[in-house]
Parts: sequence; structure tokens; C-alpha cells
Amino acid sequence: MALIATQSLTKTYPGGVTALSDLTLSVEPGIIGLVGANGAGKSTMIKTLLGLLTPTSGQAQVLGLDPTTAGEQVRARVGYMPEHDCLPPDMIAAEFVTHMGRMTGLPRTVARERASEALRHVGLYEERYRQIGGYSTGMKQRVKLAQALVHDPDLLLLDEPTNGLDPAGRDAMLTLIHRIGTEFGISVVVCSHLLGEIERICDSLIAIEGGRLLRADRVDAMTTGTDVLAIEVAEGTDELSAALAQRGLTATAEGRMLLVPLADEDTYDLILRTVADLDLPLHRLDQRRHRVAELFSTAAPQPSLEVTHV
Amino acid sequence: MSERSVIHDIGYQRYTGIRLGRGYAARSLFEHGVRVAFGLGRSAKAKIFPWIVIGLVTSLALIVVAVKAQTGEMILTYQQLPSTASVLVMVFLAVVAPELVSRDLRNQTLPLYFSRPLARSDYALAKLAALATAVWLLMAGPQLLMFLGSAFTAENASGVAAEARGMLGGWVVATLYALVFSSLAVLIASIASRRAFAAGAIVVVFMITSPVVGLLAALGEGGALSQIAPMFSPFSLPEGVRSWLYGTSFDVGPYGPVYGLVTLLSITVCTLLLLLRYRKVSL
Repeated sequence: MALIATQSLTKTYPGGVTALSDLTLSVEPGIIGLVGANGAGKSTMIKTLLGLLTPTSGQAQVLGLDPTTAGEQVRARVGYMPEHDCLPPDMIAAEFVTHMGRMTGLPRTVARERASEALRHVGLYEERYRQIGGYSTGMKQRVKLAQALVHDPDLLLLDEPTNGLDPAGRDAMLTLIHRIGTEFGISVVVCSHLLGEIERICDSLIAIEGGRLLRADRVDAMTTGTDVLAIEVAEGTDELSAALAQRGLTATAEGRMLLVPLADEDTYDLILRTVADLDLPLHRLDQRRHRVAELFSTAAPQPSLEVTHV
Repeated sequence: MSERSVIHDIGYQRYTGIRLGRGYAARSLFEHGVRVAFGLGRSAKAKIFPWIVIGLVTSLALIVVAVKAQTGEMILTYQQLPSTASVLVMVFLAVVAPELVSRDLRNQTLPLYFSRPLARSDYALAKLAALATAVWLLMAGPQLLMFLGSAFTAENASGVAAEARGMLGGWVVATLYALVFSSLAVLIASIASRRAFAAGAIVVVFMITSPVVGLLAALGEGGALSQIAPMFSPFSLPEGVRSWLYGTSFDVGPYGPVYGLVTLLSITVCTLLLLLRYRKVSL
């Protein structure tokens, strides 16, 4: 069963802004990255999956349930971490998470136990009896995650969980999300505008732009067979390119380098022979793994998609 | 405390136990709301204002009991207590209603509630019920104190029974006040996300109606207009119903049932507007 499936999902806000447009996708359980620039429709997508927004047309299924008609059942099994600040500063973290656990139907004592557990799992233990107002941004993000985790959901929807964190904090948060997805056995949807940041922890990626689906697939499917060889010669780059084309290799220029798709081991030999035939000074020949980001940038031009390589 | 907390490697346990539904969540929210109203489980700062008001209303009851014990005269009846304390009750509302609803708006906590099984209407009604209960307790508690004091000084069992009947009448009036005041106050507070604005708005809405009623009553010169005029203030509306039910407050002439109807209408309209407000709230 697909974790999340949508059919022609469209959401137009009153006022005419189309946040999601004809989105059809289906993803398997695991850690799913939902990437897109700010305003691409990520938050709208999450809220629609939670049943907080009603789609203008089309359908969505979360855990096999339709959030527009079975919102209550969906929300009982899903944990949501909003993008913005959402914590009462004058409450004690442990009490707040306990309260939120009860709001999801946990009996009082269970809620208290699981709140402690959830806070411990996100790395807050000693600090949990302090008021949230005195917490750092990193600690607040952890409390937000803990309140989403307290009722042991089957799916976590995390909206920009690394927002406002420093590089070390981002790493810690991503490691934590990866742990939740792998060790805890909870599926996670992570929203981010930083593809480079989340691609390494994700099993699948959904890329949206302007409310439209760019691509939704497993990360390994995206990266298989996409390795390239980078060739750098001191001179005669153009001659080499032409010679390679004659031998059936399409080389694309990137700066001073030529990139050739790596089909099999013979590609190496072919290139070396070509270089030797032309008698060119070879500086570099190495294998480069295509980053998912590059796949998107070649699939469709999307200058607004911010990419950082970690 | 170090920012980089260590994640201890103790395995995660899935929860397979009971999950209670929406009703339980709403009840928990109500319970939490009543506790917040009295500042329980909160900082000392949050307790100051509610408990000053509670102290004042209670001392009112204590004075009545003391005078009764000394002179045998009841200077304030059970039914008069709510109207005598009504300004204090308003102060309580101005402090507590924003605490209950404006805080969640200000801190943007609502998405956390609404991403759970709890419906928006559950949230609104639980908050309203919590405030109404707190306000009722604010009046009914001192009334109970008056009863206990009077019952000890009563000469016989029938005297105690009469006091009990008096207290129950007082509780009915307190309920009217609690519902009329709370529904209006929560509605006002649910619009303002800043607590100070919400508190100010509540006081303004409650107070501005009093001179209007006074003016209309003066214009009516004891006629129909002055019998109707008190309807337009939340302070005197429940008093009109009290007159209709018990005949113990000001003269409402033949308009007693109208007071009852307007009270019901006021509570209903405020509640519906509150539900609408939370249906429309942006997340």
C-alpha cells in the first residue's frame, strides 16, 4: 500500500493563487523528501495531507485514508511539525508535550511517560522541566519534533525541520530524522528547500515547483546509471570532444572539463585510447556520482531551487 | 546547559496501548482550561490576578457570614452575590479569557491542536466550557461558603433547608451570569491575539453598555422603555432573568420571558460566532 498517493490534486486559494496544480504521485513508506523553493506548495501539500485544507479538486490518500473525509483517523496516526514557531514560551516542555499527547488521545499517565520518552529521543532530558521560553532555537525545534512524536504516529510530516539551525544543529536534526525513519520504523515526510541537505537521508524524493510535480521517485532509481566520467586535458578539449563523438560517446563541456556518461568499464578504455590517439596531455579522468540536484537541473531548468552541497 | 544534547541510545518503543478519541481530547482540553483559568500548574505570576479576584469575592461572602453570625441579618442574599461581584467577575474574565484563547493565537499553537483528532468546534467549545466553569466556580464557591456559614448558625433543620434552597437559587443566577459573560468574553478574546488588547476589549464592551442602559432607563421614566433597557447590558441581562424567575431584582414588568429569550439568544449567537471564528481561523 502506498504511504501517500494523490490523484490530480489541485488547491487554489480564494484570491486565485494556485498552490498545487494537478499533482499525481504515489510514494512508498520510508523517508520522503519533499523539496521545492519557498512558495512551491510544500506547506499546502502537507496541510492537505493532514486534512486541514480541502483540495479544490482531485484526491489524496494518506495511510490508505482520505484526509478530507477521514481527517480524524488520519490525524490520529500522523504527527505534524509546523515550520513556524508554535510553542507557548511560558509552559514547561515536559508538560506541553504531555498535554499534546493527551490531545491525541493518550491517557494521562501514558501521555506523561511518552512525553518523557519523546523528549529523551530528541535529545532533551535534563532540560525538559524548564520553560520553553528559555530554550535555544535548536531545543525548540526538538520540542516541536517531540510533540509530533509523542503519540507514536505511523507518519511524521515535518515542515522545514532544520529552519533556523546552525550547520551542526542541522546535521543533528537530520541524523535524528534518519534515526526515526530507520530505527523507529516511522515513515517521515521532510519538507525542505535545500535538496542537497536532505537527499542523503531520504529514500524517496518528491520535487515540486510552482505547485507542479517535477519528479517523484526513489533516490536510488534517480541515481542509478547516472554516473559520469570527468575528463580534463591541458589542451585540445574540442578535438577530444569531436573524436569522442566519432566513437559514439557524447561529451558535454563543463568549464574546462568534458563529461561523458559512464556506460560500463569499456568507457574508460575508449576514452584513454582516444586521448592517446590524439596525443593529448591528460590531467584528470575520474568518476563523478551525479547528485540528485543535477538530475533535476537537467530535467527542467529551475534556477529558484536553492541547492547546497553538504 | 549545552546546546548539543547527547542522544542516548535507548531503543524506541512503539505504542500499542489504548488510544482514546476526540471526546477524551476535548475533555482533557476543558480540564486543562479550567486549570489555566486558576493559574494551576503555571508560574506564580499567572496566579496573581485570578486569585486576587477570588480572594475579593470570597471575602465578600465571609463578610456576609460574619454579619449574619453577629446580627442574624443577611446583608447580601445568595442571588445578589453575582450582581454585587459582577465587576470583579468582569476583571476575572478580562484576565482569564485572553489567557485561554489569545495565547494560543499569539503563540500559533492552533496548528498543533488542529493537526490532531480534535475538531475546531471541539476546541472552541472546550475553551468556552472551561471559562464558564471557572466563572461559575468563582461565584458558586463563595455562595457555598455563605451557605456553610449560615447553616451553622441556623436554629433548626428547616432553617438549613431554607438556606440550601437559597443557595440553589443563587447557583441558578450564577449559572446565568457565567454563560452570558463567558460566551461574550471568549468571543472577544478569540479575535485578539494580543492578551492586553483582548483584556481591554472585554472591559470596553462590558462597560460601554452600562451608560447606554442608564440613559435609556432614565428616558423611559419607569415605563416600558426602562423595563426593557437593562437587556442591552451583559451586567443587567441576567438580573432581568432573575426577576422573571424569582421576582427578586428590578422591575421587568411583563417582559420577563423576553429577558429569558434574549439571554438564550445572546449565549447562542456568541457561541455560534465563536465556532465560525475557529472555522475560519487561518493556520
